[in-house]
Amino acid sequence: MAQDVIFFGEQRGGAFRKAAFEAATVARKLADAYGGKCHGVVIGDGVSGIAGDLGRYGADEVHVIEDASLALVAPIAYAEAFETVCRNLSPAAIVFTTTAMGEDLAAMVAARLGAGYVSDCVEVEPGDNNTPRVTHPTYAGKVITTYTFQGDFPAVVGLRPATFTPVENAKEATVTPVAFQPSEQAFASKVVDVQAPEGGKIDLSEATVVVSGGRGMKGPENFHVIEELTDALGGATGASRAAVDAGWIDHSHQVGQTGRTVSPDLYIACGISGAIQHLAGMSSSRVIVAINKDPDAPIFSVADYGVVADLFEIVPLLTEGVRTMKAE
Amino acid sequence: MKILVCVKRVPDTSALIKVSADGKSVDLSGVEHVVAPFDEFGLEEALKLKEAEGGEVVAVTVGDEASEEQLRSCLALGADRAVIVKDPAADGSDGLGIARMLAGVIAREAPDIVFLGKQATDTDSHAMGAQLSVLTSRPFASAINSLELSGGTLKVTRPIEGGAEVIEMALPAILSAEKGLNEPRYATLKGIMMAKKKPIDAVTLADLGVDAGTVGEGARRVVIEGVTPPPSRSAGQVIKDVTPEEAAKQLLTLLRDEAKAI
Repeated sequence: MAQDVIFFGEQRGGAFRKAAFEAATVARKLADAYGGKCHGVVIGDGVSGIAGDLGRYGADEVHVIEDASLALVAPIAYAEAFETVCRNLSPAAIVFTTTAMGEDLAAMVAARLGAGYVSDCVEVEPGDNNTPRVTHPTYAGKVITTYTFQGDFPAVVGLRPATFTPVENAKEATVTPVAFQPSEQAFASKVVDVQAPEGGKIDLSEATVVVSGGRGMKGPENFHVIEELTDALGGATGASRAAVDAGWIDHSHQVGQTGRTVSPDLYIACGISGAIQHLAGMSSSRVIVAINKDPDAPIFSVADYGVVADLFEIVPLLTEGVRTMKAE
Repeated sequence: MKILVCVKRVPDTSALIKVSADGKSVDLSGVEHVVAPFDEFGLEEALKLKEAEGGEVVAVTVGDEASEEQLRSCLALGADRAVIVKDPAADGSDGLGIARMLAGVIAREAPDIVFLGKQATDTDSHAMGAQLSVLTSRPFASAINSLELSGGTLKVTRPIEGGAEVIEMALPAILSAEKGLNEPRYATLKGIMMAKKKPIDAVTLADLGVDAGTVGEGARRVVIEGVTPPPSRSAGQVIKDVTPEEAAKQLLTLLRDEAKAI
């Protein structure tokens, strides 16, 4: 029975993403349960120097595929490189975090190995017979589906970002360079430019606090009210589909079924009535606050704390109050 | 230019989803179904490219008779014809099984571009584009929100955490669509009437040369153990009928001392 577990150590520009440590933590847990080794895989250019850092989150060995041509993501080349490590190790499970980079790679590696894949998992247990049992919200979280894997193949598991807390578990990780021969087709599609985030804003999927605005915002000119509270709390700005479809804010902020499903520590819904596709996308947040003028708004039915009031009166006062609390 | 658009029949996003009595599936009786919303962005982009470059748009799905309703919707919006993979041996396929059948259609149709949504709004997997790329050996990009085509080269952008990637590739290629790529059109009455006369070609695994042992229930690598409703939440404390200053103060105190959320 296969025992080892592999995870993807995602890095950009020579620095690990938090996603790498989240995947390492889950892989370590599975490897301990299966009595196997925990292997990291790092792909990129100039990354061997940082590879050993994955030991801090439980990697026993880190396999490094390094080449100037891999500095920016080339999906096929990355998948071929990752597969090379998998073929050498015959793992029980392979763990990715389903970031933009991780979710493509996970799906490709699963297809290359003919293996089963479950994306966006919010719980991962060791399961029976060295086969993980995972849960994945489906229908944007309207139901939760539990999956297991079958057949003599590794289980490919994708973790929802910012859901698993990285746990330090210091190991002296061995760093092993891996020779990689890309196919002719490996660079058929490749990233040619990365447009940097504007002003260092936190992305919705990685935020622990989300403050969202809906139809009650009345127009794009009012979103600064939400953004100021977002900044005071160190979170990300979200929006309902109504606000996005009205063109008030970019789709990258949409929470719900055709946007992002988020589970932050604190979710503050401002002027959002709570359509079912929105509720599905945020109701797994730890603490939910709703601010709405309409006391019958469905959003109150899932809110731990509700304020029946005009958001334009309350939100600036909250911003001021949070700033004062943080300064103390 | 020949463009293939893969679509999936899914419940409308405003539908309530109930767990079935067996606890292993969902009860979709009485639920209205639609073309998966992200697939609609793929279809719209295909129609725009056809209008600009000429050619043909073919809508494809894997399913039973019910799924023909979604293919008709695509034909009404402007797709020229449709293909449905309909074979009892395909029942119970997992995502990779579906990908193998769609890859069979891609091999048979040999399109210049394949569009699909970045994920279906039922299984929420976000894997199909990447897996079709592997199975058809074609380059791809997922979750794109802009596209330029010049001289046989595609330049697309996709949002990533807090930024965007610009990706280049040559045709033939596979692209999955994110919301924001375009604004899907609505069907016209004329389009709906014309759709009734457009062909829907039903194909089997044998027609596609797909080995029945690689799809269907028997080839599943992923097994559904159970489906449950999400943990239920109930309405908590409501602050009302106080001044805004008092409401803000009460809320912040609760968030700090009780919820420990700030």
